[in-house]
Amino acid sequence: MNSPPSDRRYTRTHEWLRAENDGTYLLGITDHAQSALGDVVFVEVKPAGTTVEAGGSVAVVESVKAASDVYTPFAAEIVAANADLAQRPEVLNQDPYGDGWILRLKPADGSDPGAGLLDASSYSRSLEDAHD
Amino acid sequence: MSERTPLYDLHRELGARFVDFGGYEMPLHYGSQIEEHHEVRRAAGLFDVAHMGILDLEGPGTAAFLRRLLANDVARIERDGRALYSCLLAEDGGVLDDLIAYRRGEDRYRLVVNAATKSKDEAWIRAHAPASVRITRRDDLGLLALQGPASPTLLRRALPGPWDGLRPFAFAEERDLFVARTGYTGEDGFEIAVEASALEGLARRLLAAGARPTGLGARDTLRLEAGLNLSGQDMDPGVSPLESNLGWTVSFDDPERDFIGRTALAEEKRAGLCRRLVGVLLGRRAVLRHDQEVLDERGRPAGRLTSGGYGPSLDRGLGFARLDEPLRGPYHVLLHGRAEPLELVRLPFVRRGQPAYRPL
Repeated sequence: MNSPPSDRRYTRTHEWLRAENDGTYLLGITDHAQSALGDVVFVEVKPAGTTVEAGGSVAVVESVKAASDVYTPFAAEIVAANADLAQRPEVLNQDPYGDGWILRLKPADGSDPGAGLLDASSYSRSLEDAHD
Repeated sequence: MSERTPLYDLHRELGARFVDFGGYEMPLHYGSQIEEHHEVRRAAGLFDVAHMGILDLEGPGTAAFLRRLLANDVARIERDGRALYSCLLAEDGGVLDDLIAYRRGEDRYRLVVNAATKSKDEAWIRAHAPASVRITRRDDLGLLALQGPASPTLLRRALPGPWDGLRPFAFAEERDLFVARTGYTGEDGFEIAVEASALEGLARRLLAAGARPTGLGARDTLRLEAGLNLSGQDMDPGVSPLESNLGWTVSFDDPERDFIGRTALAEEKRAGLCRRLVGVLLGRRAVLRHDQEVLDERGRPAGRLTSGGYGPSLDRGLGFARLDEPLRGPYHVLLHGRAEPLELVRLPFVRRGQPAYRPL
């Protein structure tokens, strides 16, 4: 399994968030999450412009096994979805940290995007703990 | 505690993700179940089905006993070396299991039954069999399925034998090998029984010849598209074969044949069916789920999905639904709170790699 890249932060619900230069964040799910879900059949992202509270659902990933909500850890507005996933949802399985990103978020004014997130090594440890 | 088949170590070596099925730790997939599905429709896949049960019945009166035991009539098997699909029913017509009966001789048959039910089936069969019928559970054998259009070529290369050119539902035996042109995918293919100790060697030969290891995930979507029921899910002791889209497998032809469940099914036919099992199809790429409720136009419950999934060959959500009679469509399901129309279809969805469904 791919180890989580160190250029981003992670949630305990297996999302990753990477700060972009323009102040937005890319959000995806981790390799652990895509592997547990199995083959992704489609990804449904809430429309661009939707504002979501911290902890709210921003997308649903539907796999052969289950439908799974994807959450934003901070209050944000949805800027865009990854259009490639609509045509080729398998990219989420093949490249969860790269081309398989799910959507772009703009943090709401006053929200703290870093609060409560894990760095890559803490996230890896949390997976190991869960296995014990 | 889950059991394992003789191929467990091979599955691990091939990178399988495992799932419990019928009390066995079985491969779910080896990376991508959708790719495995396409490979079976396009070329050939190899399945470990050694969790299934094999029962050999022989001795005077075996054929007569099977004519009483099974809802389909083994007298319809034209000759030795041919097989027949049948349900195993309770007295009240409920489906205990489904199986394939292989006729090896006048009073020599082999039954292949499902993993989860094999011990119950065996007990049921023993309880009803006359003393002259000898019943042997063949846990010393293992079973593989080689499925897909490339299977005949591949089998000829890896395992030449008298099974070359077999017709569908025919089989041949040579020494310890038993090869039948049967399967559970809607594709051409074979099911092969061999001594459990030789199973891994045979599996490796078939893989080396080009078969792709295929897990239960793809097996489920392949059989769904092929319109084939899963025992214990699409049917169980609480429903009859008539309300499981299996009326065609129940033989009432011989009025003298008093098979177990006949009286109950005859009564059900006379009274008219309360429910029926049909194929349902979504208009888009999505996933239907087992046990989802089906609603009519006014939002009233009209039945449930017995199986649901995503059909890779049609690139749409599909499944089976058991609906109240008389049908009163149009129907829909709720997916994430949204009404999605269901198209009712005659099964199968897919046969030999091609869409084969027709509107109901």
